Amino acid sequence: MSKLLTVSPSPHVHSNDSTQKIMLRVVYAMIPAMAWGIYLFGFDAIRVGLISTISCVGIEYLIQKYVMKVKPSITDGSALITGILLAFNVPANIPWWIIVIGAIAAMGIGKLSFGGLGANIFNPALVGRVFLLISFPVQMTSWPSTRMMDGVDAVSAATPLGLIKEGIKNGIPVAQLEGLPKLSEMAIGFNSGSLGEVSALLLVIGGLYMLWKKVITWQTPVSILLTVVLVSGIFWVIDPELYVNPFIHLFTGGLMLGAVFMATDMVSSPMTGKGQLIYGFGIGLITIAIRMFGAYPEGISFAILIMNAFVPLINMYVKPKRFGGN
Amino acid sequence: MLKTFKIGGVHPPENKLSSDKTIEALPLPKTVFIPVAQHIGAPSAPVVKKGDTVKVGQVIAQSSSFVSTNIHSSVSGKVTKVDFSADSSGYPKQGIFIAVDGDEWLDEIDRSEDLVKEISLDGPEIVKKIQEAGIVGLGGATFPTHVKLVPPKGMKAEVLLINGVECEPYLTSDHRLMLEKADEILVGIQLLMKAMNVEKAVIGIENNKPDAIKLLGEKCKNYKGIGIQALKVQYPQGGEKQLINAVTGKEVPSGGLPIAVGAVVSNVGTAFAVYEAIQKNKPLFERVVTVTGKGVEKPSNFMVRIGTATSELIEAAGGLPENTGKIISGGPMMGRAIASLDVPVTKGTSGLLLMPAEESKREEIQPCIRCSRCTSVCPMGLEPYLLMTLGEKQIFDRAESERIMDCIECGSCSYTCPSNRPLLDYIRFGKGKVGAIMRSRKK
Repeated sequence: MSKLLTVSPSPHVHSNDSTQKIMLRVVYAMIPAMAWGIYLFGFDAIRVGLISTISCVGIEYLIQKYVMKVKPSITDGSALITGILLAFNVPANIPWWIIVIGAIAAMGIGKLSFGGLGANIFNPALVGRVFLLISFPVQMTSWPSTRMMDGVDAVSAATPLGLIKEGIKNGIPVAQLEGLPKLSEMAIGFNSGSLGEVSALLLVIGGLYMLWKKVITWQTPVSILLTVVLVSGIFWVIDPELYVNPFIHLFTGGLMLGAVFMATDMVSSPMTGKGQLIYGFGIGLITIAIRMFGAYPEGISFAILIMNAFVPLINMYVKPKRFGGN
Repeated sequence: MLKTFKIGGVHPPENKLSSDKTIEALPLPKTVFIPVAQHIGAPSAPVVKKGDTVKVGQVIAQSSSFVSTNIHSSVSGKVTKVDFSADSSGYPKQGIFIAVDGDEWLDEIDRSEDLVKEISLDGPEIVKKIQEAGIVGLGGATFPTHVKLVPPKGMKAEVLLINGVECEPYLTSDHRLMLEKADEILVGIQLLMKAMNVEKAVIGIENNKPDAIKLLGEKCKNYKGIGIQALKVQYPQGGEKQLINAVTGKEVPSGGLPIAVGAVVSNVGTAFAVYEAIQKNKPLFERVVTVTGKGVEKPSNFMVRIGTATSELIEAAGGLPENTGKIISGGPMMGRAIASLDVPVTKGTSGLLLMPAEESKREEIQPCIRCSRCTSVCPMGLEPYLLMTLGEKQIFDRAESERIMDCIECGSCSYTCPSNRPLLDYIRFGKGKVGAIMRSRKK
């Protein structure tokens, strides 16, 4: 017979899911938070978002083509996600060139120096963010006021976490902290902050979408949030005068963004549910330690990067439940 | 409450195109090629030579050791040669070529359709007759059935599990058999129970076959000790260890046999073959084969004589579709792609699946993004991404300690991988090497 048949080992069918489709689902999940950022900060948010995504995708392309001399893989969607996440992690009024530097750090150091997609140990967007936070502390912590804050100067609207930190440092009782928004306002996102971190509620909605689409598992975000609430709750019970209500910790700063979108990054988080619980616990603990006792008001970025480093170790020792007993 | 196995699993589109097609007898072929190795274990030794005349049901190759079995002629006619030709593995295998002449059966075979319920033989006699009749596991594993019925010393079977799961997409041969030969299967199960000396048997059937669950559920009331368990549709539930886990909740220990948890698993097709062998004196020389695929004109279930060429079956199902890219012997998850239409139907052929060209090629391999889907779908609780790397990098000691030999090669990992990584290919390679290392250690 003349017909040539394909011969390959089983299985002969595939689920038809692809890396690209998974990445797109993450992008969809970020839309609510992105839209809120644009609503709060106006054109500036669009500006930052565009510069960040174009830089990340462009830098990946350039490095892969001219430095690594491999086929550029920008169509897989992972550089796009890093770009959006980097934009989420900076103030909306940041100068364009700082974003570009952040993109170089994220893609160059965070991702491609390890070999590209799947090979990086650390979350690339966080590498970019922390690089900027250390290099440009002033620009990275001067947040623009939102459209809700009438009459306030355009720059240096204090964030709730900044206020809390000052309070702890100077021993000011929580009740006397001025300008601390109501809990419900913090949850919906009326306060200022980095572009995409403001609305805990919309971030949770994105997270639920990813859970539904099985892009993420519940273990990482739930263990982070639970640890933060429990540990900050213990301090609050001991001294409610000095330490704020644990739910304020839950809804402020980058915690929700970190727990839902950054710590759940597939590449840099553990492979098993049990491993993810350990990883999330570590992130929650380090976050609260930095928020309460560290130099920075916010600690989730450092916490995730530190725990990223433990992921290979966790994967080595935390094994899935084997059939027939471990 | 539907039961299923506890760890992993996937649910590929079922595509059971031929589930309402009655089993038809395939017209007799002009020639057959009957390989002498159609089972796990030692190949049988040919006992006929060129020029011999054979009848249907006559032994043409004899069992050569305990884990081996007889091969019978599926047709009557003249042996034209004893030679090598490719079977579904793609490698040339020894077998017997017979030119068909008429359809003359051995006199002792009862060709009537009457149901024989009365069991006259005792346990050991049944086992002996099963061995002589050449019966092997017809679910695809082709392990000689008589070996399973005699547990190793110190072990005792408590329950017989009958596999009516048919979890592979497309295949419907077991489904049709359950609908059309329900009583025969139930008598076959009683024969197996008597041979093993157990009081209890459970038939596991997935919930996508409600007609079979209903029919067997009603009929089994007339047979002592046989029950039905409906199961949630989940691949690879037809795997021996997964079926035991789904029905009994027990886990066969790593490297152990089902008998370690008191279970023996047999397929519905095997139970039917046992019925025919014991009650009708008919050795195993034909079986039900599904011929299916999206482009196939008439997806069908045929009763096929062993040794019939693939081309004959495809012809009977409406011919080879223009854009066929791949032909699979078995189901799409665990079947083997065959290279030629001359490949014969053997005891383990449950179906022929014709895949269109656009579904025959794999997509481009992308980097692992450590999404951990392979780990979460693995029904054995392994880490396929890790085992693949260990196979690729040839780190066999670690592969062994990461339990590579537990892999049942169900393909759920490769099926689910969004980066199209050839996980199972490398795990198979690793298993081959680690298996050889472990065997050499024993010597």
